[in-house]
Amino acid sequence: MNETTGMILEWVIKGAVVAVICLIGFAYTTYYERRFLARIQVRIGPNRAGPWGLLQPVADGIKLIFKEELVPDKAYKFAFMLAPVLTMAPAIIVMGVVPWGTQANFFGRTIELGISNNLNVGILYILSVTSIAVYGIVLAGWASNNKYAMLGGLRSTAQMISYELALGLSFLPPIMLAGSLSLGDIVKGQQDFLWYFIPLLPTSIVFFIAVLAEVNRSPFDMPEAEQELVAGYHTEYSGMKFALFFMGEYVKMFSMSAVFSTLFLGGFAGPFVEQVPWLGPVYLLIKIIICLGLMIWIRGTLPRFRYDRLMKFGWKILLPIALINVVLTALMISIFGL
Amino acid sequence: MSLNLIFFLLLALIAVLSAVGLLASRSALYSALYLIINFATVAVMYLTLHAPFIAIVQITVYAGAIMVLFLFVIMLLGAEHIGSLHPQRWFLPLALVLGILLLAEAIIIIFTQPNLLPEAQVISSDFGSPKAIGELLFNQYLLPFEATSILLLVAMIGAIVLTKPEKK
Repeated sequence: MNETTGMILEWVIKGAVVAVICLIGFAYTTYYERRFLARIQVRIGPNRAGPWGLLQPVADGIKLIFKEELVPDKAYKFAFMLAPVLTMAPAIIVMGVVPWGTQANFFGRTIELGISNNLNVGILYILSVTSIAVYGIVLAGWASNNKYAMLGGLRSTAQMISYELALGLSFLPPIMLAGSLSLGDIVKGQQDFLWYFIPLLPTSIVFFIAVLAEVNRSPFDMPEAEQELVAGYHTEYSGMKFALFFMGEYVKMFSMSAVFSTLFLGGFAGPFVEQVPWLGPVYLLIKIIICLGLMIWIRGTLPRFRYDRLMKFGWKILLPIALINVVLTALMISIFGL
Repeated sequence: MSLNLIFFLLLALIAVLSAVGLLASRSALYSALYLIINFATVAVMYLTLHAPFIAIVQITVYAGAIMVLFLFVIMLLGAEHIGSLHPQRWFLPLALVLGILLLAEAIIIIFTQPNLLPEAQVISSDFGSPKAIGELLFNQYLLPFEATSILLLVAMIGAIVLTKPEKK
């Protein structure tokens, strides 16, 4: 086997592994969420399928596969089919630049843990992929040819675009501290210095809030404001297509948690990770689980925003704070000479 | 045929097909989707030319921001179907003549002046990296860069002023 085919094979395998991790992550995030929410609400949660209900996601998946799929008569068929795919795919593609560790030995071959750890436009890649994700929702709302779906689609698109600004600005302080757009370098910068959530606490909070809005999670779950909009942009979807939207949301939660951990919580860094590189993925996974827990906890605690307040909060509070954070970080860097 | 050439031909095929689709599509929304495919293909072409920054910016700005606005306008105005209300008879022949003229000019130039393009040079490894572009922007092209940002600021303030409800 020559070097080129080896490289191609390595990339294909790594891509498949990351996609599978995302999908398993999706399945068990739903389980995690249901159990955790149940605890918050003093219930037990799913505990029948398998030990501790661990097979519940499998049961749900099989149920969804066998459901009847309806396509509305007046829907724009092609766009209707395309929309769930466009929502789901970017969520996995984002994971391409998240580093899972440094170099490790794998059956006598030195491989890099992660698909493209040192892509020199890593952060911009994340921003561009998340901006593509908006299309899925716009198209779903429009293609269903249903006024509730249309309103839901417009609402959540407006929300995603608005919060993308605060999100984009909150990417800047870690970039400034690390002096690089590559996620690998940002992790290295944190290994040499501090985990960035300590010096950049306000930025990390703004980032987390913007992520919640970006993935349409509670308290920003406008598209699912069922009292007002039935079910927003996915009103007309059923069966596996509905499942794809559902998956899109949870995979996005998972991958954005991975991005958050990489930028602010040290990514794969942790004790002894230099000696044993295979600890990297374990540490990253633990951090992702903590972030997911935080998201679920917020969902269990806070009520939904009203739509006008949500927009006001995004534009008049979050965006200025994010801007001030950038200026403060620049001041901090020039004063302490970091 | 080298791998690069095959890759380029595939990309070019997709780009041309999506451009044709953009023109031929009856629904404005599908036209917009074809345009997004076209932008994405061009972005991949930049990638093959070792310009990752431009490639990503192409996707973020054109496909991610501008086309979303296009879609919004198309959806909100309900202009999905461009009716053929006023068929312009003179349009097709004129476009045909102009197109043939352009093609002829291009062919003449390419075949009479084979040394039109400078010799290909080996580019440095950080060519097109965000760092190199940033350094160029803030040193050599500082004035145009600042002028552009002021222009954008003026446009932004103008948009805010225009959308503000008038006080009575």
